[in-house]
Amino acid sequence: MIGQISSFIDQLVRYQYLQNAMLAAILVGIICGVIGCFIILRGMALMGDAISHAVLPGVVIAYMLGASFFIGAVITGVLTALSIGYISQNSRIKEDSAIGIMFTAMFALGIVMITGLQGTSVDLWHILFGNVLAVSKVDLWITVGIGAFVLLAVVLFYRPLLLSTFDETMAKASGLPVKFIHYMLMLLLSLVTVASLQTVGIVLVVAMLITPGATAYLLTDRFPVMLLLSAFFGVVSAVAGIFFSVIYDVSSGASIVLVASILFLFALFFSPKQGIIPRMLRTPIQQG
Amino acid sequence: MKKKDMVVVNRLSVHYHGNLALKDVSFSVNRGSIVGVIGPNGAGKSTLMKAMLGLERSKGTVSFFDQPIKEIRKNIAYVPQRNTIDWDFPVRVLDVVLMGRYMHIPWFMFTRKADKLRAMVALKKVGMEEFANRQIGELSGGQQQRVFIARALSQDSDLFFLDEPFVGIDVKSEEIIVNLLHELRNQGKTIFVIHHDLSKVEKYFDQLVLLNQELIHAGNVKDVYSAENLKRAYQGSAALMKEGKELVVVNP
Repeated sequence: MIGQISSFIDQLVRYQYLQNAMLAAILVGIICGVIGCFIILRGMALMGDAISHAVLPGVVIAYMLGASFFIGAVITGVLTALSIGYISQNSRIKEDSAIGIMFTAMFALGIVMITGLQGTSVDLWHILFGNVLAVSKVDLWITVGIGAFVLLAVVLFYRPLLLSTFDETMAKASGLPVKFIHYMLMLLLSLVTVASLQTVGIVLVVAMLITPGATAYLLTDRFPVMLLLSAFFGVVSAVAGIFFSVIYDVSSGASIVLVASILFLFALFFSPKQGIIPRMLRTPIQQG
Repeated sequence: MKKKDMVVVNRLSVHYHGNLALKDVSFSVNRGSIVGVIGPNGAGKSTLMKAMLGLERSKGTVSFFDQPIKEIRKNIAYVPQRNTIDWDFPVRVLDVVLMGRYMHIPWFMFTRKADKLRAMVALKKVGMEEFANRQIGELSGGQQQRVFIARALSQDSDLFFLDEPFVGIDVKSEEIIVNLLHELRNQGKTIFVIHHDLSKVEKYFDQLVLLNQELIHAGNVKDVYSAENLKRAYQGSAALMKEGKELVVVNP
């Protein structure tokens, strides 16, 4: 193990592409962790999954037009969120069904477009499952930009975000633009998804959003602490995931997600307050 | 009484998917009173409150001290029904009470020391200061309700809206809350309370709004709280009242 670590560090120092990968993954770990906390507490895990899948056609169109795929992805992401809202508010279809319909439709559209573009260099596999080792300097800078924007937005609008998440009716009664906040969050979610495309890929983004946040949720009763812990677990998963991916030559995105999942399992069973085993030990043994 | 000192609801109607939930409700109440909003299940009590607060699409007008809701939003404290809150949410008691201060903190500033002090004063008022660092799910129902009352207090508002504050809480908490509401009323605050337990209506409220989709009667408790009105509102399945004088069958 120690040999592997020193060999990994050796490669990290030597290869620029690995440094880029590491930095991108750490940033993605942080912003996914932070946004994920809001997604979990608003009960919007499915929405996170939806937006992340729905950016696919945007990415493909942007590629076809030669534009930045960040822009394409953000547009389709927000458009999907809006249409989910439109369907659930203007018909008897409930929100979860609207989400199911919209995101599969968008995802299918993306796949049709990619397969229609055969012969070009858009690599479906890389978009779906990420290829963190191909992160370029430019990609890294875009990720830094998105990360800064997302974190700044969360810090500036921390109180409105928290209040509208915790008690929507009071938020509305006191005049907060609750709908606007919802769509802002969807915008942030699209941005985070795009930033994560290369690191973990579309299919697994939702894991980076939900799993570190859920782990943190089991460990603390304070929201600011949950945000920090979630970002921390995101970073740990990213670093350890890339380590395993380099050492054992396996998919980087999937390794990152697996590490996050293992951390979650530990919290699920051993969290001092919420863990299943400590709780079992606390319940007094029935007499007789 | 001038309009400046009244809350006036004028011909308020709400439709839900084509069904009439609230029909043409008009009434007015004076500043500095505790108003009970009563009526059977499904009478539209919550709908009325939400429509008054502009949270529900409605016809008609509502004015608070001669101003529309938009102008006085920051001056409204709202206490939600307990079952609408996620009690596993990672916030502590003090964090919840601090939310009452949010509208007073400029958006670019961090929470100030003065706001924390104000929140602690409010917590003391409801006898919950020892619990400031507890997660909200670890409290009893009555304690949880007191925390939300403290949040409303810390807002320093003139108008209070409470949705079923006495459901599922212990006697001591109920007493603390009722006394506090009376104290607020004596300071000139106007308080709307959705309530469905008829037994204490006379003790708790100054004015009543009796609803069953349309307004049955509104005004002073003495005038509204009569067997005849209740029968009309509850349509036979009404409640026991005024010991000795008259009995209406209880069958909620």
